[in-house]
Amino acid sequence: MPSDPALRVMALESLLVEKGLVDPEALDALVDAYEHRIGPHNGARVVARAWKDPAYKARLLTDATAAIAELGFGGLQGEHMMAVENTPMVHNLVVCTLCSCYPYPLLGLPPVWYKSAAYRSRAVIDPRGVLREFGLELPAETQVRVWDSTAELRYLVLPEQPEGTDDMSEEQLASLVTRDAMIGVGQVAPPLAGEVA
Amino acid sequence: MNGVHDMGGMHGMGPIGPERDEPVFHHRWEARAFALVRAMGAFGRWNIDASRYQRELISGAEYLRISYYERWLAGLSELLLRHGFISAEELATGKARAPGTALAPQVPAKPALRAADVQAFIARGAPAARASSVPARFEQGQRVRARNLNPLGHTRLPRYVRGKSGVIDRAHGLFVFPDTNAHFQGECPQHVYCVRFEAQELWGEDFTSGDAVYVDLWESYLDAA
Repeated sequence: MPSDPALRVMALESLLVEKGLVDPEALDALVDAYEHRIGPHNGARVVARAWKDPAYKARLLTDATAAIAELGFGGLQGEHMMAVENTPMVHNLVVCTLCSCYPYPLLGLPPVWYKSAAYRSRAVIDPRGVLREFGLELPAETQVRVWDSTAELRYLVLPEQPEGTDDMSEEQLASLVTRDAMIGVGQVAPPLAGEVA
Repeated sequence: MNGVHDMGGMHGMGPIGPERDEPVFHHRWEARAFALVRAMGAFGRWNIDASRYQRELISGAEYLRISYYERWLAGLSELLLRHGFISAEELATGKARAPGTALAPQVPAKPALRAADVQAFIARGAPAARASSVPARFEQGQRVRARNLNPLGHTRLPRYVRGKSGVIDRAHGLFVFPDTNAHFQGECPQHVYCVRFEAQELWGEDFTSGDAVYVDLWESYLDAA
């Protein structure tokens, strides 16, 4: 096998296709799903719904898998979900120190930094330092809860709703929610002045 | 196994360095490697725990040197060999032996994953929870201690919690046990509990009081404390 991973993957794919074990169109469909359909915009819809609808938020925090399924999301690497809520007193951060488990149906595939040795090693021992690296300085009185998702539960952080956004629609709110806020390495920023029509 | 994959609490891994506007895949081969792992996993010949264990078996220096999808590719190649989907010769040459060559007998007579079935495959996932009337040994609020276990095989008990005490935050129900499932020794479902460990218990009194790490742990990883 060639040492270049690009050549090795190409060789392996053509071998498996030749043996009838892989349908290249199925590979195209898998790639397309995660490049175009499944991503943080799904998680953002869940967060915005929870901000808008207190009854939905209560369901999300008690049975996240069922509440997320209400919006049509679930399946591979999101079979068993938990949602953890940020408040002025509690900040949540998600990691997987043993591999890189991540809630695919809501956030898509994990970014390189989430899978890095640096993040996996430090998130549990130095969460405040990690957050500082992402530009987030937490007050000393805010408690940090790190969720090391090494079993089959996958975690979504429900960020705090930014001030002054109560009049925004669910769709407008969803557009504010970032991937990083749903992992817990960021917060949701209020819209810039004039951004809300 | 006490491999380099078990990274929680290590120092010296450098800055995190998040990338702005990162693409889902940085190279086409990463996308193909990701999809190949999923498509071959669909045969059901191995399971997610076996897949993770295969990547843990990559030697420590190599594991740290190569990228995430290179680990996936290395793990997949080994699984394909071990389960008779391909031969070492085929992997080395990239060419199938004479057409019509029989696969190893353990390879399921199941058709390859089709494009039309991909959406259902993703939506179905692979739930790891199991129904059972086995009673839970621990309850919410109970103090427990993670056992000092150092198995050579696969485990999801991170090193940094071994010997440490915490409190059951909630019980999640029964789940497939990775330590047996990874080695094809059965699902042997056990209760899983979310355990809250205080930062000071894990790392010492110099750390912030009130900060905590929550870890989901299988029942046999725990003792009452």
